[in-house]
Amino acid sequence: MTRALDIAFPLALAALVLGAWEWAIHHWQVPHYVLPAPSAIAQALCANFASLMASLGSTLWVTLQAFAAATLLGVATAIGFTQSRLLERTLYPYAVILQVTPVVAIAPLILIWVGFDHINLALVIVATIVAFFPILAGATLGLKSADFNLLDLARLHGASRLQVLWRIRLPTALPYLLSGMKTAGGLALIGAVVAEFVAGSGTATGLAWRIVESGNRLEIATLFAALALLALAGVVIFAALSLLEWALLRRWHESAISE
Amino acid sequence: MTLLSLFGVGKQFSNGTQALRDLSFCVNQGAFVSLLGPSGCGKSTALRLTAGLLAPDTGTVDFPSSRPETGFVFQEPTLMPWADALTNVRLPLDLKSVRRDEANARAAVVLARVGLGGFERALPRELSGGMKMRVSLARALVAQPQLLLLDEPFAALDEITRAQLGDDLLRLWQEDGLTILFVTHSVSESAYLSQRVLVLSQRPGTITADIALPGARDARLSPATIEAQRTISTALNGAIAA
Ligand SMILES: Nc1ncnc2c1ncn2[C@@H]1O[C@H](COP(=O)(O)OP(=O)(O)OP(=O)(O)O)[C@@H](O)[C@H]1O
Ligand SMILES: [Mg+2]
Repeated sequence: MTRALDIAFPLALAALVLGAWEWAIHHWQVPHYVLPAPSAIAQALCANFASLMASLGSTLWVTLQAFAAATLLGVATAIGFTQSRLLERTLYPYAVILQVTPVVAIAPLILIWVGFDHINLALVIVATIVAFFPILAGATLGLKSADFNLLDLARLHGASRLQVLWRIRLPTALPYLLSGMKTAGGLALIGAVVAEFVAGSGTATGLAWRIVESGNRLEIATLFAALALLALAGVVIFAALSLLEWALLRRWHESAISE
Repeated sequence: MTLLSLFGVGKQFSNGTQALRDLSFCVNQGAFVSLLGPSGCGKSTALRLTAGLLAPDTGTVDFPSSRPETGFVFQEPTLMPWADALTNVRLPLDLKSVRRDEANARAAVVLARVGLGGFERALPRELSGGMKMRVSLARALVAQPQLLLLDEPFAALDEITRAQLGDDLLRLWQEDGLTILFVTHSVSESAYLSQRVLVLSQRPGTITADIALPGARDARLSPATIEAQRTISTALNGAIAA
């Protein structure tokens, strides 16, 4: 019941806003190159459906690769941190620097270094940098949150580091990691878009480039269609990761138990 | 036969707290010994030193034969919340890389022995406090330890559950020929359960009384048990006053 309302209320709001929007455009005769009506956006979406979908696929592919890379690198680095205090001391400041430096500022450099003939790789690297930190932070905190008594018990029974990691630390870290992954999923998409913007004309084929291109041609309806697809992709990514979280934690973790 | 002996053990933590000073005692094979003392006197520290989880600053922790297989029960159940009862109990066997089916069978047997037959698939959050403590006890027993270290295992439980678990512990001790070192702050519990009570002074802890209790205390309120309680109380009051 409440779940149905969770969906019904936002949908009702969307219908209301779209309706008002449509009405306002017609009422005040707003030019389509300033703000197109929802119906015009839908038309643009249908007219350019195949090419927009191809662009969406291209952006999503970059996002997915970056997300996977960020997850693997983040977890691996976090494991390294928990195994070696020295490693953590040495690397953590650089992880923070990477995090606080605006990625728009380093994206051009990365594009130049990687080269425009490997544009896809460059895009993935930029998006990975954006998505990396929440994974690292979540996994590090999680791996360190293992119950001290449980760790002592493992030591008493002669557990190796690998056994402790696998049987105690990683399961403890899972909720923290998944929470980091939910943030990282959205960030990977943002990173992909930023990278496409920076890469600019002729090279990228993703949605961000479509937005730039449509803007230049004053095809504002197409711009909005691309924007809507982007937002939709973000929501789908978040929902998918929430579902994953629920599936993995629902049996045992407080955050996912609904009673 | 002496199973373990502590001699002149002292322990100071890095923040300067002197938890134990010159702690010496022996525990015979098959004995049920209680370690009783005021809060913060170093009982848990003594137990962790005995288990080898801490190293003493001074003195020695010695096992005349080799270090025995040891089971440890913490004050809290300390279970893995993501794993069912059977998997939790199996942990010591998994860490020793015992074959999965054998480990499962042994864990199931121990679970039944602590009265949790049929709860193999239950997750910790689906168990009551007393049941969780039983799982914890089963985990300590599954690797067939010679020495069982218990750190106020029943402190957080209600009176009835605590009495039941105490009786179960006595039964397991008799059946398995275990050696038990039992930390508690309850005079009545130590008087009823153990054969011998070591009373610790206030921090830094050291033994102030070593009380051997007569064999036949067959009930919690039998005259012999009451008498034992009186002796222990007197010693404890002396330790606190000193
Ligand atoms: N890791 C630690 N670092 C610093 N001080 C500690 C540490 N562990 C214990 N202590 C101190 O050592 C003293 C003895 O602690 P311990 O836990 O052994 O007491 P206890 O007798 O088990 O107390 P309780 O009955 O309350 O459980 C306490 O004063 C405590 O503050
Ligand atoms: Mg204690």
